[in-house]
Amino acid sequence: MNQAAKIENRKRYGRRSFVKKLLFAVASLLVPRFLAASDKLKEAPVWILAGAYNPNEHYWGMGIDISKCIGCGRCVEACKVENQVPRDPFFFRTWVERYRIMEGGEVAVDSPNGAIKSFGNDREEKDIVRSFFVPKLCNHCDTPPCVQVCPVGATFKSPDGVILVDAEYCIGCRYCIQACPYGARFLHPETRTAEKCTFCYHRISKGLAPACVEACPTQARVFGELRKKASPLQRFLRMNKVGILKPSLNTEPKVYYADLDMEVN
Amino acid sequence: MDVFELLKRIRLFWSRIPEQVQRLSLLAVFFIVLFIPVRNLLVPKDFGKYGHYRPSALEEAAAQEITYAGHEACYECHDDVVDTKYHGYHKTVACETCHGPAAAHTEDPDVELPAPRERGYCPLCHEYLASRPTGFPQIVSASHNPLKPCIACHNPHDPVPPHTPAECEACHAAIARTKAVSHHVYVPCVRCHETPEEHKVSPRQHRPSKPATREFCAACHAEGATTELETRKVDLATHGERYTCWQCHYPHLPGSR
Repeated sequence: MNQAAKIENRKRYGRRSFVKKLLFAVASLLVPRFLAASDKLKEAPVWILAGAYNPNEHYWGMGIDISKCIGCGRCVEACKVENQVPRDPFFFRTWVERYRIMEGGEVAVDSPNGAIKSFGNDREEKDIVRSFFVPKLCNHCDTPPCVQVCPVGATFKSPDGVILVDAEYCIGCRYCIQACPYGARFLHPETRTAEKCTFCYHRISKGLAPACVEACPTQARVFGELRKKASPLQRFLRMNKVGILKPSLNTEPKVYYADLDMEVN
Repeated sequence: MDVFELLKRIRLFWSRIPEQVQRLSLLAVFFIVLFIPVRNLLVPKDFGKYGHYRPSALEEAAAQEITYAGHEACYECHDDVVDTKYHGYHKTVACETCHGPAAAHTEDPDVELPAPRERGYCPLCHEYLASRPTGFPQIVSASHNPLKPCIACHNPHDPVPPHTPAECEACHAAIARTKAVSHHVYVPCVRCHETPEEHKVSPRQHRPSKPATREFCAACHAEGATTELETRKVDLATHGERYTCWQCHYPHLPGSR
């Protein structure tokens, strides 16, 4: 092989040309990404729901003061009316449980029809050591197990921290109902899709409080922003000794309970 | 390198591939090409705008109809009732808690809202339950003026008992029971707790006083005090001098420790 051919060969297959081609190839891979990103930037102002509500500006949570709850069940009634939850005694987006710790350590928990008609006296009072009511609802976990297990991506965490179900995508497989450690979900008997508390998304996106908070006669429920210092919820978290349900599961619930007893689960 | 040479090279490469691989790869290419339009058709245009989900699901959730108008809506027309309620015990009870969802009523005032007048409604909150917080006003409806509707005596917008109970124990029953079995049984509550008259109306705004010094107890219990002989007397100088009395003695049951 003569000298000229050698040089020509090096130009074509040499290290320098290889690195050059490699650079071009990698750069061409990135081009569509840059284009897509600039598309997203143009879209940014459209990230606002109708009615000037920007979900990126909010992060919702709820506080529940157990020592204020009187177990009247007005929240349960309000929730069922507001969200057209089936009236049957086993479909609830929120419900109230009564805990009675008896002499000898037995813990009696009941919630007749979700406490929609309050409670009755059915145990000897002298046997009760202590007792209280615990309103329950979807905890809107920050790391939600229900979202993880959904095989079709129908349930998701919105930018404002609310866990919602896309009824159009839901195939009604009930994995999420199984996965929720708080029992906050049910299968709607007519639509056959998973249903749960939405923090009354249609109300909070219009500046109203959720129906249960609105109806609570003793203000045992507090609703507000988690990331804004001036919110009533932040005040609730500052002023109370708060706990969450099942902290060992690392679901990071956004429903906080003041005066939470160890027996509650 | 021109296009023809490139094509020639590709044809050469293709001919070197075994035939079965050629067919399989053609099939693969066909499915990949088919996949792109099918995916575009099935996945909504704005999918992934907020996250890995259909963004219009958010708008659908937000579009649900409101039935509870919210506590501020009532004030516009019913300011008199809201004002009455604001100064009473039912201050925190929203109108819609008793009158039901009012969004339809705010749109069209001809839609009338129910007002629960029957005896069964108020006990939802006020029936005695052992689990209700201490101090929350409760009755046993079986013995509390049976058959009489609640609103015969109580105005639900400004609920006060027809007669404020004169005795402290009407509200402070647990303390009264303890004191009844203690040495302090004959000491009236007001000897230690100066109680403003308004305490009976708004108990938390007008709180009774509490003794603050050792000298207060000493008025009866110091040596040389002019109380009866049976009253225990101690020398204030040597008896637990660094402590206030109620750090050791519970005033409502002074015998206990």
